[in-house]
Amino acid sequence: MKVAEPLIKPVITAGTVQQKVTASLGRRHRKERVFKGFGLAAVLASLALVLILFVNIFSKGLPAFWQSAITLDIYFDPQVVKISEKPVQAANESDNAFRQRDIEWQTEVGFINFNRLITDSLEKVLPDATQHRRDLQRLVTSGERFALRDMVVQDTSIIGQTRTLHLLTDANIDVWLKGNIDRSLPDTMQQLSPKMREWVQQLSEQGLIQNRFSFALFMNADSRSSLASAGLAGAFMGSLYMMLVVIILAVPMGVAAAIYLEEFAPKNRFTDFVEVNINNLAAVPSIVFGLLGASVFIGWFNLPMSAPIVGGLVLSLMTLPTVIIATRSTLKAIPPSIRQAALGLGASKMQAIFHHVLPLAIPGILTGAILGVAQALGEAAPLLLIGMKSFVAAVPGSPFDQSTALPVQIFLWQGNELRNFFEARTSAAIIVLLALMISLNALAIWLRKKYEKRW
Amino acid sequence: MSNVAQDNATNLKIIARDVKVFYGQAEAVKGISMDIAQNEVVAFIGPSGCGKSTFLRCFNRMNDTIEHCRVTGLIEMAGLNIHDPALDVVQLRAQVGMVFQKPNPFPKSIYENIAYGPRLHGLAERKADLDDIVESSLRRAGLWNEVKDRLDQPGTGLSGGQQQRLCIARTIAVSPEVILMDEPCSALDPIATSIIEELIDELKQNFTIVMVTHNMQQAARVSDKTAFFHLGELVEMGPTNELFTNPQNKRTEDYITGRYG
Repeated sequence: MKVAEPLIKPVITAGTVQQKVTASLGRRHRKERVFKGFGLAAVLASLALVLILFVNIFSKGLPAFWQSAITLDIYFDPQVVKISEKPVQAANESDNAFRQRDIEWQTEVGFINFNRLITDSLEKVLPDATQHRRDLQRLVTSGERFALRDMVVQDTSIIGQTRTLHLLTDANIDVWLKGNIDRSLPDTMQQLSPKMREWVQQLSEQGLIQNRFSFALFMNADSRSSLASAGLAGAFMGSLYMMLVVIILAVPMGVAAAIYLEEFAPKNRFTDFVEVNINNLAAVPSIVFGLLGASVFIGWFNLPMSAPIVGGLVLSLMTLPTVIIATRSTLKAIPPSIRQAALGLGASKMQAIFHHVLPLAIPGILTGAILGVAQALGEAAPLLLIGMKSFVAAVPGSPFDQSTALPVQIFLWQGNELRNFFEARTSAAIIVLLALMISLNALAIWLRKKYEKRW
Repeated sequence: MSNVAQDNATNLKIIARDVKVFYGQAEAVKGISMDIAQNEVVAFIGPSGCGKSTFLRCFNRMNDTIEHCRVTGLIEMAGLNIHDPALDVVQLRAQVGMVFQKPNPFPKSIYENIAYGPRLHGLAERKADLDDIVESSLRRAGLWNEVKDRLDQPGTGLSGGQQQRLCIARTIAVSPEVILMDEPCSALDPIATSIIEELIDELKQNFTIVMVTHNMQQAARVSDKTAFFHLGELVEMGPTNELFTNPQNKRTEDYITGRYG
């Protein structure tokens, strides 16, 4: 090939180019520095905000994991605990008949005045107790009598014996001891009577009232009659059931829909329409899904109100687009050469996908699914509309029982009247929820790292 | 068997008549007819976008996987119409293997890469049979000595040239009759290229090979016949040494002498 003659005279000479470039360098570098500065400032600002959030939540919430408890020698006085023999199933007795007798017996146990055991025991450590019976009964939170009842139901041989127990104090005592009540307020404005304050002071000095790790926070359901024993177990189980429903429904459905849309569906107006709507669904405010759940699942299908099954269905709908979009983008990222190699060998489309594409896509699909589940775990708004914000005092035994959920429990506690006790409780619940979220995200990252393959 | 096939010698492997390929409205291949005999190595040459790869992909119906792609005309593979509705594309692709431009081993072990095809079609009854297939395929692809001690290592860990030979071994493991190669050496260095070229020379004992190449020296070195494509047409096809020394068509001459392309 001949080299063409340079017929066209150059417009700019090499010298000018150098001159211009040198002149513009300062401006270019300045722009870069400004941009870098903005970026760094944005990063620092968000870090600072996250830090403030965490410091705030942890400083408020961590003390709630320890709760003041009073150590007492409880004498299971046979004079007080007067009950008939615990029923034993006879050889010729049907299960139902025995259960009937057992329930009757437990009802009988329920009528026993277990508070009496507590006040009797308190009288031994507080000599002037008999003059202030009302105050005396308020020292230990009212829910603890059920703990004593459960001990008797568990093992009747305890009657007549003495057990050393750590009983939770009233919520106000906990708040008082943590210094969250202004001690300089006049008596009329104090939640604790002067006598109670005196006793609490005395018992703490004797070491009988101590801050102990709060198992109640994890083992108990919510409570309104005995605030100090309110716990997260009910909300946790409710959330767990909902997540199971989401994992069973949304993940397989989302993955299957994504595989179909990405690999099999013809590209036409209908699939375009479906795709647009999936993206729209991802942008629908979550509370709208709650309305849908209330009208469809509860209104038409007559599923129970406030039940995790309905919550799970609603959250599945909400998570579905997330799972579909994540799975599709993962499938898109698998190099087509892998598909072609399999097809070229005579694999059917389905075989190519299931043997080669899906195994490569699994880390991405898992990540998408886990992030979807984490999103569902933290969602409160739709649950409010299907009745999951009602107060439930029992731990749900199945997805069809009434229940609440962790984020809703946070919402409920946040609105509780006993502010200075539940502020810490709320932050503690937030810490539990955050811990679950972070574990789920960590799981997602770990799975991605574990199954990630390079090609 | 159709009339076309009966008119020709019986050792014809591939017969194409008036094959057209459309991508939507655009006609990428404009009515090409061609005969390819058994155990022949045919090279397709031509400038980029001339339709040679598209035409190659007709032989194992890989164009089916492309949206809006339409193929018309007749293609017979060993006497069978490949567009016959009674013929499953899986049968065709077991008979017509393909090696791609970029080495694309599965992200699995070397053994699994080779064993996948035979296992897919149920070619091996027992594990020992499968082992035999893997070994012989790797031997025929000239890769056995290099990888025999690390069959459980990922195929993606091999060098580019080894990967491409692994892909060839994977293709011959299902014993196809025809091997299609779409620029098999374009991603390889000169040494790996020459190894693949030697391999093609050996493989033609047992297989009919159709390859697309951008490298005219390669076409001249390895092929028995060369077909020159331009703008979706088959300009000229003939024995390789004749086509390169005495091209009948002006366009062919311009291309092989480097005047365009």
